[in-house]
Amino acid sequence: MKRRRLTFMLLTASIILLFAIDMAVGASGISPEEVISALCGQSASPAVEKIILHIRLPKAIVALLAGIALSVSGLQMQTLFRNPLAGPYVLGISSGASLGVAMVIIGAPLFSFGGTIPALGTAGAAWLGSAAVLLLISAASRRIRDIMVILILGMMLSSGVGAVVQILQYLSREDALKAYVIWTMGSLSDVDWLQMAILAPSVAAGLIMAAASVKGLNMLLFGEDYARTAGLDTGRCRTLIFISTTLLAGSVTAFCGPIGFIGMAIPHVARLIFDDSDHRVLLPASAMTGAAVMLACDIISKALILPVNAICSLLGIPVVIWLVMRNKSLNV
Amino acid sequence: MIELAGFNIGHGRGKLLNDIDAHFCAGQLTALIGRNGAGKSTLLRAIAGLNRRYGGTIRLAGRDMRTMDSAETARTLAFVGTDRTRVGALRCRDIVAIGRAPYTNWLGHMQEVDRRAVDEAIESVGMTDYADQSTDRMSDGECQRIMIARALAQATPVMLLDEPTSFLDLPGRYELCRLLARLAHEHEKCIIFSTHDLEIAMRTADRIALIDSPRLICMPADELSRSGEIQRVFGLPDDIPGLTLPRQEA
Repeated sequence: MKRRRLTFMLLTASIILLFAIDMAVGASGISPEEVISALCGQSASPAVEKIILHIRLPKAIVALLAGIALSVSGLQMQTLFRNPLAGPYVLGISSGASLGVAMVIIGAPLFSFGGTIPALGTAGAAWLGSAAVLLLISAASRRIRDIMVILILGMMLSSGVGAVVQILQYLSREDALKAYVIWTMGSLSDVDWLQMAILAPSVAAGLIMAAASVKGLNMLLFGEDYARTAGLDTGRCRTLIFISTTLLAGSVTAFCGPIGFIGMAIPHVARLIFDDSDHRVLLPASAMTGAAVMLACDIISKALILPVNAICSLLGIPVVIWLVMRNKSLNV
Repeated sequence: MIELAGFNIGHGRGKLLNDIDAHFCAGQLTALIGRNGAGKSTLLRAIAGLNRRYGGTIRLAGRDMRTMDSAETARTLAFVGTDRTRVGALRCRDIVAIGRAPYTNWLGHMQEVDRRAVDEAIESVGMTDYADQSTDRMSDGECQRIMIARALAQATPVMLLDEPTSFLDLPGRYELCRLLARLAHEHEKCIIFSTHDLEIAMRTADRIALIDSPRLICMPADELSRSGEIQRVFGLPDDIPGLTLPRQEA
């Protein structure tokens, strides 16, 4: 109990510290003092104020939200499918989003719709794409009792959608192809305050639904048979988790592109740090660990000027390999 | 406690069980036996509410199961299935606590009465010393006891177990079945478990339910061992030791 509280406090402190570092680091070499005065609205230079308030601050908040959302969504999927390799994208959310984006970036010029595409259009299309995939999966899950069938269905759907995206890529013009590929690399910096007004409430709503699913997730640890005989409405619980995951992972993917690895790896890290599988502990633990790691990845990606998706994987893979080697297993 | 009336189940032409009338009482341990594929699990899952494609009526504590919602069922009946019993990084106490789910709020918050129920359940299965350990390093028998404690914590008059002894060694099987018999007698529970261990079933259970598709033969254990029905259903010679011995007191 005491150890758990201490760990939560340490995590909170490291999130605050990493957030501060993330605010202080950037390409323009603004001193920490200037950052603080800009945040207080007392900056001497309007250019500095613009960089801090409209580039760095939203980016740091997006990193925080993305880390939380992807980790919580990954945890939900791992428990629901009882599979340690599951992550936010097993249901095909990212391929749905990719299809939406590919249609807008690649498809629109192909059929010669207008020239420039507003960022909100891309995000909207991505969101619609992932929501469409989720609707399909939910409709199927009403008829299918076996959760493993749904997992396979999600993966098949992902592959199918991926094939369509590939055809679009094959047919596309060079500049559109590049724009699409860059989207798939993930970026935390394309979110302005207007988009934040959509992203933040979506993530918040997803988190509230995730919190409401905690008891169900704990019951599902012992399989659906047990959960049902203990009074869980598994159909309702599944739907709740699906919607929550779309709000969390779908929104983040819509605005930031598919950010891999975090969602699969963080729940394992949180499980090891807290040595607990109770979702009442594990859910906040995953959210906070995810936030800290995502901020760290953003700092590194800024320092090296590389896409954040690549940093997440490069940083995450050794951690997970080390965990697996040390424990010889990954639990759910 | 559990009543089957005109009960039938099975798909297509071949009914696994047809037109069954049976009654399982409180305070008795019933062993459900039968050949592979005879429908032991199917019957248990139907009674547990996991398979609703049956004909006839199942009554739990006098009420038709079809009229009970999932919360009511969860307070009447606990089920221990064949799903895995190990979850990493979860203390035994937490596992048993999940059995309190029908009584706790949306977050699963434990109150004093819930904690007491968990402690009592752990004590009933003799696992108090393990309460704060995780199941990672426990034997299959110990894990199965914790699963039974979880079902006990659910505080239901009926408990169903699907092959609880299948991963245990011989002494473990005896111990587990004796434990079930004790729980049935001391806590006045109606417990049904399915098993392939004829001998242990005969020696520990009060009653035997033998599936001879599409019939269900229910008899006190000693009566059944004299009747020769087991030898007939399983195609065994008449002089199998253990099956013909008089029942020993647990």
